[in-house]
Parts: sequence; structure tokens; C-alpha cells
Amino acid sequence: MGALPEPIEELLETALVGELTVIDDRGRPVTHPLIPLYDGERIYMTSSVLFSRKLEHIKSNPRVSVSISDPNAVSVGRFRRATIQGDATVDDTDLHAGWERVLPIWRKKEPAIDFFLGKRVALPLFFERGVIEIVPRRAFLWEDGDTSRPPEVFELVEASR
Amino acid sequence: MTGVSTLLESLGTRGYTHAVIAFLDVEGYPLSVATGFTVDAERGAVLLDPVAGEAVGPPLGSQVNVVFSHIRPQPGIGYDERRYVSLWGTLRRSDGKLELIPERIQHWDEQEMSFFEFSERGVPQAHRYMERVSRELGRPVRPSLSAGWLFLRATRLPFLSATFVPVSLGVAVAALHGQWHWWLAILTLIAAASVHLGLNIGNDVFDTLSGADQANVTPTQFSGGSRVILYGLLSLRQMVLMMVGFYAVAIGLGLFLAAYTAFWPVFWLGVAGVFVSIFYTAPPFRFVHRGIGELMVALGFGPIMTMGAYYVQAQKWSWEAFYVSLPVALLIALVLYVNEVPDRPGDGAAGKRTLPVRLSKEAVIAAYVGAVAVAFGLIAGGAIAGVIVRPAILAVLAAPLAMQVHRGLRDHYDSPYQLMPFMGKGVQLHMATGLLLLVGYVIAIVASHVSGHPPVIFR
Repeated sequence: MGALPEPIEELLETALVGELTVIDDRGRPVTHPLIPLYDGERIYMTSSVLFSRKLEHIKSNPRVSVSISDPNAVSVGRFRRATIQGDATVDDTDLHAGWERVLPIWRKKEPAIDFFLGKRVALPLFFERGVIEIVPRRAFLWEDGDTSRPPEVFELVEASR
Repeated sequence: MTGVSTLLESLGTRGYTHAVIAFLDVEGYPLSVATGFTVDAERGAVLLDPVAGEAVGPPLGSQVNVVFSHIRPQPGIGYDERRYVSLWGTLRRSDGKLELIPERIQHWDEQEMSFFEFSERGVPQAHRYMERVSRELGRPVRPSLSAGWLFLRATRLPFLSATFVPVSLGVAVAALHGQWHWWLAILTLIAAASVHLGLNIGNDVFDTLSGADQANVTPTQFSGGSRVILYGLLSLRQMVLMMVGFYAVAIGLGLFLAAYTAFWPVFWLGVAGVFVSIFYTAPPFRFVHRGIGELMVALGFGPIMTMGAYYVQAQKWSWEAFYVSLPVALLIALVLYVNEVPDRPGDGAAGKRTLPVRLSKEAVIAAYVGAVAVAFGLIAGGAIAGVIVRPAILAVLAAPLAMQVHRGLRDHYDSPYQLMPFMGKGVQLHMATGLLLLVGYVIAIVASHVSGHPPVIFR
């Protein structure tokens, strides 16, 4: 078992889109649909410098949440919904190639990324990317995705590297 | 109905299955929870289903962000039909629901604004972010591409077909007239290509200085320039140096070719070519800003190149070389003309008064049809009348490509990214027509070598 309960891991491993919520410089929540990646311990998302306000917000306030909510975007036997709160860091020390460390798990979900990467000459700034690395601290799970019923809550011990 | 209510109404019709309410919990962490929703578009309100559980209940009276997100999975590939609507405001209870009347809205739908345009609008943010990272890391952070790709992008190398066609035709006409010097042909091609690459780079330099590239948020692979300066891939200084380098090669080779021949004819043709290419976008003439850029491109990539290539080979003038350059000139001007269509807003804002900026859609399309008709009329008429070789009539086989471009202009005039494939067809039209003219000349050359008096259809 990884850092998260198995049903949530299953969602993270298949979800094509999740909602990353960050806190802006005025203390308001801002949500961005992004593809979530999971390596068994941490959640990763990447962001192009073209859409890097979220990276700035995380640098100012690392508290984030990620929800998996779209039944069309996950392919699991039994649909559930989950939200994970956590602390995020941004790795932008090598915007050009640093994000490629998550390419193997990205490729599994979105094979077309290799096609787009091959067109890097056409989209050079799109592939200058920061990596958002999220350490989960609490998770919520809604069986059958029904949020009219209270979720199961998981207080998580920080996964060790 | 207002734009806001139209947008809210679309929440019920654009495939959004649920809403996600994001708020800050008591510990100051964001928390996002999915729920069902309905829309009261007339009141400009979204009604959200309550969420159960004290820990996850959205707060009343505090700022929340409600997001609607949609994708369509494409198994084995990824997904498409990306869109989202993000609303900010405060929640209040209303008939057992949570009501949000948005105070701020952000949205994107890739079917309304292409991902390329969406990305292009993010370029200023990309620069702000890279400047911030540069400060944090204490070293300059810039985007990069491999040297080969960067050269290809900065010079727009694939567009050299526009040079290959007129130079090859000039050489072919000379060969038909019994003059063929392969090494002069290669030097002519290199010189002409250097002018072309200098022009491409100069175009970027001066469009950056005039603000035309910055104002254009719908670049395509055929229009909007290379954008290497705008993206920070190369500096203005580096591009200026490259431009000077290419012109230096062109001028050096041009002077050699002039000196090798009767000097003044090639010299003046070279001066004309360099003058037209530099002042295409450069002040004080800025031909493209005055609505004569298309004419200047036609001159440069038509008669000047074809006549120059012919003269270097044959050291005399030829009406045939001049005539065959005309349809090629028209078609290359039309490539530019069509590629200027999506650039209209940015060009207009930067004072670049190209023909598509000046003319209505109907006039632009009518002029396109007219110019294509003249180009193919010249080919057919010239071949039938024997002004050019008869086999050159093969080039009319390329005409259907013009019909595709016409259809693209008619149907996608205001949609840069839907027009893009048809811009590609315009490039193909010029290339295919030029190559078929060349094939016609090669047939005539071979026929004249096989038989001293080949049948009329081969000459």
C-alpha cells in the first residue's frame, strides 16, 4: 500500500483530470483542472510557464487540495470521489527538462503526450514546465461519489521518500 | 440575455456533470468537494446541492470558487473537448440549496478559443515567471530548443521552397536555351536562399520592434512569424546578427556572380532583391505596412529570382524566363496574402496595413479567385501559344488545390486555426505548380536532346 488508501490511489492512477485548488495572494481559493500523477507516495502535477500563476500561488502558500470528481475522467470498476489535502512544493530548477522525471507516469495516462513532445518546436513555452509535488496530509473519500453523505476521512502520516 | 447568463446557461448544455466547490477549511487548507447543480440563468445564479459532513461543508458568507470542468476521454490517446468555467462569490442558502451569484468569472472552451491561442495569451505570464525564477536561482532562466530546431524555427527554413521554385525555373529555361552551368546554379540558389532567410529573420526583427508580433495572439505555423524573440528563445541582437550574416553571404555571392557575368545586370537585380527583402518590413519604406508587401514579394520571388538565375546561366535576358516567373510570382504573393488573413487583428493594431487588413472578406476572397485565375490563365495561355514550353501546361493539374484554399477562406475566414490547413494548401499550390512547370521544362529539355526537332507538344 502506498501513502493513500487504495480506492483513492486507484482514482489517482486513472484520473485524466483532477482539480487542484491553491490559495491566491488575496487568500481566495483558485481551482485549476489538471492531470494528476501519482507515484505511490506523492501526487504530481505539472504546469507550463504559460499558465504559471498557480506555481506563484503555491510558492506563496503551499497549502493545496486535489479532488478527483469527474466520473467521465476516471476508468475504475466502482466510481468514488476523493479529495486530498496536502502541502505542495514547486520544482522549477530546470524548467526545460526537470519535469521529464514524471513523464513515465504521465505517458501511461496520456500517451499522446509523446506526440506533443515531438512537436516541441511548435510549442516551446508549453514544454517549459514546473513540477508541483504534493505530500498528502488528509484525504476524504465519498463512496459512489455521493457527497450528500459524509465522507470517510483519512488522516495521513507523511510518506517518507 | 447577458453574456453571464448565456455562460451560466451553457453549464447545463455543455456536458458539465457536476460542480466542484472549493473553499478554505478551518485550518486554512483549501478543500474542494463535488456536488450537483442547477442554473437559474435569468437570475444569474447557480444552485448547488448541499454537501453532507461538518468537515467538508462549504462555508456561507466566505469566498468560494465553484468550478465546472469537462473533458472527453480518448482511450489510448488522452482527451479532448477541454473546457472549464470558474466562478467566484459567496454562498447563501436558498430553498435547501446553496446559491451562488458569481462576482467574478473565468472560463475557457477549446472549441471557442484554440489551445494555441489560449497558450499565446499566456506568453507575458511565462516571461514574468521565468524572470522570477531567474531571481530565485540567481542565474538567467530562458526557454530553449535544440540548436537544429531553433535554427529551423528562427529561419523558417521549410519556406525555402518559395526560393527553390523561381531559381530552378530560371535555370531550367536557360538549360532549354542551351546554357547549363551546375555550379553557377548552386551558387545562385545559395545566394537567393540567403536573401530569403535574411528576409525571414528581418521580418521577425522589425515585427518585434513594431509590436506586430506581440499584438498577434493567433499565430499559426504559416503566419505570425517565428516568434523566437517573443518567446525569449533568441535575443533581438542574436537575430540581427543572423540577419546580417545571411545578407552578407547573399551580397558576397551576388557580387561574385555579377563579377563572373557582365556585372551590372546581375548587380542591379541583386540590389533590387536585397532592397525589396530588407524594406519589406524595415523602415523607412515598410512595404508590407503600406499594402504593397504582396507586390514586393511577387517581384522578389518571381521575376527577380527567375530572371537573375537565367541571366547568371545565359548572360542575356529572356522573355520566356520573365513570362514563366509571373504565375509563380502571383502564387507566392497569394501564399502571403492568405497567411495574412489570420494576422489581421495584430497587423492592424501595429499599423501593418496589409491587403487583408484593408479589404473586406468578400473582396479578399474575390481577389484571391481572380489572381488564381490569372496565374493559371498565364500558364495555359502561355503553353498553348508557345511562349513557354507546351509540357508546362501540366502545372494546371495543381489548380484544384486553389479551390481548397478558396473553400478554406470562405468557411474559416475568422478562425485562424481552422484556416491553418488551407494555408498549408496555399503553400502546396505554389510548390506543386512550380514543380510541375519545372517538370514541363525537364520534359522539353530531354525531348530536345533526344530529337533535334521534337513533336510540337514537347517544345
